[in-house]
This record gives sequence, C-alpha cells and structure tokens, in this order.
Amino acid sequence: MSKVAETEERTNLSQLERRRPAVRIGFAVLTTVVVAFLVLACAGPLIVLAKWATSSSQDIISDPFGWWPSGVVWSNLNTALFQIGIGQNFLNTLWVVLGSWIIGLSVAVTGGYVIAILRPWYARFLNAAILATLFIPGIISLVPLYLTILHVPVLGVNLLNSFWAVWLPAGAHAFNVLLVTRFFRSLPSEVFEAAKVDGAGPFRVLFSLVLPMSRPILGVASLLMIVASWKDFLWPLLVLPSTSVQPLAVALPQLETTTTMGVLMASLFIATIVPVLLFLVFQRQFLRNAGQAGALKA
Amino acid sequence: MLYRGKGAMAVKVARAHEATSEPTTPRAPKRARRGTGLRGWYRGGGLSTLLLALPVILVFGLFSWWPIIASIPMSIQKNDLVQPASYVGWANFRAVLSDPLLPTAIQNTVWFTLLAVVIGFPVPILLATYAAELRRGRGLVSALAYLPGVIPPVVSVLLWKQFYDPDGSGLFNTVLGWFSIPPQPFLQNAISAMPSIVVQATWAGFGSTTIIYLAALMSIRSDLYDAAELDGGGIVQRAWHVTLPQIRHIILLMLLLQIIGTLQVFTEPYLMTGGGPANATVTVLMLVYDYAFVYGNYGQATALSLLLAIALGVVSIVYYRVTRRWSSS
Repeated sequence: MSKVAETEERTNLSQLERRRPAVRIGFAVLTTVVVAFLVLACAGPLIVLAKWATSSSQDIISDPFGWWPSGVVWSNLNTALFQIGIGQNFLNTLWVVLGSWIIGLSVAVTGGYVIAILRPWYARFLNAAILATLFIPGIISLVPLYLTILHVPVLGVNLLNSFWAVWLPAGAHAFNVLLVTRFFRSLPSEVFEAAKVDGAGPFRVLFSLVLPMSRPILGVASLLMIVASWKDFLWPLLVLPSTSVQPLAVALPQLETTTTMGVLMASLFIATIVPVLLFLVFQRQFLRNAGQAGALKA
Repeated sequence: MLYRGKGAMAVKVARAHEATSEPTTPRAPKRARRGTGLRGWYRGGGLSTLLLALPVILVFGLFSWWPIIASIPMSIQKNDLVQPASYVGWANFRAVLSDPLLPTAIQNTVWFTLLAVVIGFPVPILLATYAAELRRGRGLVSALAYLPGVIPPVVSVLLWKQFYDPDGSGLFNTVLGWFSIPPQPFLQNAISAMPSIVVQATWAGFGSTTIIYLAALMSIRSDLYDAAELDGGGIVQRAWHVTLPQIRHIILLMLLLQIIGTLQVFTEPYLMTGGGPANATVTVLMLVYDYAFVYGNYGQATALSLLLAIALGVVSIVYYRVTRRWSSS
C-alpha cells in the first residue's frame, strides 16, 4: 500500500508544491528538527541505559553524561546475571513468554479456525462471547481472576507460583483471536470445501491448508504475543511471587534497594535487549501490524 | 482492506464479493443430506470441530467469562481467604465509598487522564501528519517513534526514575543546570510528581498511536486533496478541511481508548512513586491493589473494581453519544 502511495498517490503536499523552494526548505528544516528530536528522545534513553549498564555506580550518580570517567565496568553485567539471580529471572521470563506464546497461538488458531472456517452452529455465539470480552474493562476481573487461579473451577487446582497461572490467561486475549479469525475469513473457502469433498478431515485441512496459507498473520500474532508477555508486569507480580519463578519484570523493582546502581542498570539492560532486538529485526512486521491494529479497532 | 484507497467502485466490488463468498446459505442443504442424529453429527466432523473449539471455550470460559461473572457475587461477599466467604450485602460498597482515600484517588486518576490527554494526545497526530508527507525515511521515523513502546514498562519506569533524580547531578537536573535552572525535585514534590509520571507514560506510548494515525492518513484518497487544491485550498486549509475530517473517527476512537486506558493506570505510579508524595499519585487501581493484595480484603477490592468498570462504561456511552452528534453535523 505504501509503495502505491509513493508513486501514484499524493498526500497533502502535491508534487508541484514539493518543488517550491519555500516548501522544500521549510520541510527540510522541519525534518531536521523532528528527526533530531526523535533520535534524542527515543533512542537517547536506550543509549544512556547501555552506557550506564557498563558504568560504575559512582559515575552514574555524579556524572550521568560522562564518557565512562572511571572506565568501562563490564563486571556489572556479570554480577547481575550470575550473582544476584537475574540470569535465573531471565530464564523464567523466557519460559513465561514461550508458554504464553504457545498457548496464545493455539487458542487463537483453533478458535479462529472454528469460527471462520468450520462454522458449526455455535460459532456465532463463540464469536459474540469473545467479542464481548473486548468491551468489558479488564480491571473488573483482576481480583476474581486471581482467586480463580488460587482455585481453578472444574480442575480444582491452585496455580499460584505455577507458570500455568500466566500461560492459561494469556490465551484468553480476544484481540489475538479476532486478528486470526479475520485473516481466516479472507482465505478462499472453495479450497477448503474442495479438500473436504476429497475426504480431508478438519485437522488435515487445518494443518496442510490453513496454517501454511496463514504464515504472515501467525508471524504477526506471535510477535504481538511475545512482546506483550515480555512486557507484562502486574499479572506475574500477583501469581508468580516466589523467588524461584519470578520473571524479570517482577524481580527488577526489588533490585532498587538491594543492589548498586551499576548492577541495577545492567539488569535493566538485560531485560531490554530481547524485545528491542526482536523489534529491530522484525520492524516492518511490527509497524504494519500496529497500523492494522487501528483498522481492527475501528 | 485490500481494496481501500482505490475508489468507491472498488469498494462496491469488494462488498459484492464478500456477499457472494458467504457460504453459510448453500451449506445448509448439504448438512441435511448427511443424515441427522448423533451419527450424522459425528460423520459431518462435529466431534473434531468440538475438539478444536475446546481450547478457546475452556481458556475463555475459565479465565475470562468466569472471573467476570464471579465478580458480581464476590463484590457482596466478605472474603479474606482465611475464613470461608460470606455474603455481607452492600457493606463492601459502603466501606469502599466511605474510604477517605477514594476522593483523592479519583481526583489523581482524573488528573492523570487529563494531563495525558493534554500532553500526549496531540503529539502522535502532529507527528503522523508530518511523517505522512515524507517520501523517504518514513520507516525510520516510525521505527524511532515506536521504539520506546517495545521497552518493558518496568524497565522504562525504573530508568526514568533515575533520570528524575532530584540531586543536582541527576540526568534531567544536569540538563537544567546547563541553563542555570536549579535542581527540581520532580517526583518528590506533590505538584510535579504526576506530570513527571505522565511525561514518562507519554514517551512510552506515543509511538504505537502514531503508527495507527499514519496508517489512517496514508489511506486518505488522493483525489480529495486534488479537489481541494483545485478549489484553491492551501496546505493548512487542506490539512483542516480534508485531512482532519478524514481521520476524525479514528481520532475520536483513539481519544476514547486513551481515556479508558489512563483511567486504569497502575504500573507507572506504583513503580515510580508508590503513590506518594503525600498520596499525590495514588490512583483508583492502586486502591484496588491495596485492598486485595496488601489488606487481603478481596470483596472490597472487587467492589471497587466493579464501580470503576461501571464508571468506564458510563464514560464510553456518554462519549459515544456526544461524539456521534459531532460526527453527524
């Protein structure tokens, strides 16, 4: 879409106006200011974090902009990872994210498949019930959900301090199901009808036709789920309180009072690398998806 | 989606296509031929379908619908997880509403929301309007703006807390020092604490909103601009009479979503100031958290979150009513 817009279509400024000196100079000045501001405001704090992660606490506190006055302190990262347990928290976060992703994707794919392609008689009720959760503020179920985790109905188990307490509710995100359902609806249904006539069962159609056709949307949904569960704070804080299962987000705030500034910054840096790298590698998917999110909301 | 931006004709074609490819009606006779009853249901793939529907039914049932339904009886129960829960009528609501901290928390939450709208709402619109005019580097600008949004909130709050260090050698105070401005106690002062939190929250959130506006701006049909230009509209007039009306519905929607989101603010004030100084940054959701997880009073916590949810619903309805009038005029 953006390609088309660049070559054939116009925005507010027309081609002719772009050639006018006043517009050109004005736009160039504006670009310089905006880009400089964005680099400073958006990349700046990350650069400062990287710098502080390798600085001594003394340097961070007394000379925040100094060029490593007392040398680069690599030991901060080492101390964070192996002495104060951030390494373990990092592994816990990976584990939380992996499980949330698998559960989230499985629920979205099977749910979307049933609602958009198989369409049993109850599909419309399922769809409505999932949609309805979008309109009910999440806040209403925070405390009841916590009590549900302490005593899961039907299963009758207590999931406190179990990773399932994060994984299972991560599947109940209406947005992901809707995203996948919407994409499945756009797939050519004749192909599935033909496969069905040829004797392919619902599972066969899902695995050999629907999933291979849906790679882009599954990638986008995966990125969404991974970054969302990496960023999550309040819910893991409530259900993973024990030291051995705490993910990074839960462990980091406690470091403020228990370790030095340098090691705290190194820990923050460690917690940031993975989502930032993911974003830098998959920029295009992130940005395209963020734009689509608006279309879906509207 | 695919047809967007290619004229009204294409939209009509797309609609017609959607209508014809709807296979619900032709499927009905097929099902009848397969025979009825349990056996026909099984042969028609009914069991596999149900198996495939199980994950979504179970996960949403247990972890979405059940807690939502359970919140109603829970709000009229006394529940401390030590003694079995017992019904107490309206006592939870009375206790919550007479809490002297509640007016402060409401005031702070509304203040946070107002500040977030004033500080944070125009930024993405202006940035997206600018970025839409870029012929090269639009990706770079979008990526830079989006970057803070991928940083975990805990990290960005703890980092900004350090930026706001009240000492003269804190990062922001060092910058102020370059202009001979004395050190400010950003988070330690009851007046400046909330705006400081809002600036951090805006920084973390403006990128994703910008991308949404940008997508909306790029889908405005170019002939609208052509027509406005033919009528003699300058750059500013076109921005006002073409761009703005075309993205008005998305602006109104994003404003509502921002209001709903910021009324539920928790992580930023909880980690940045813990509600201080002198309760100047305690929010409603922080009260809910305290009731449940500090005082172990789950019934009162549920009652307050139910009230907050109702308030959010009322806000949405009023907002919808008011903006619908604007949209139609």
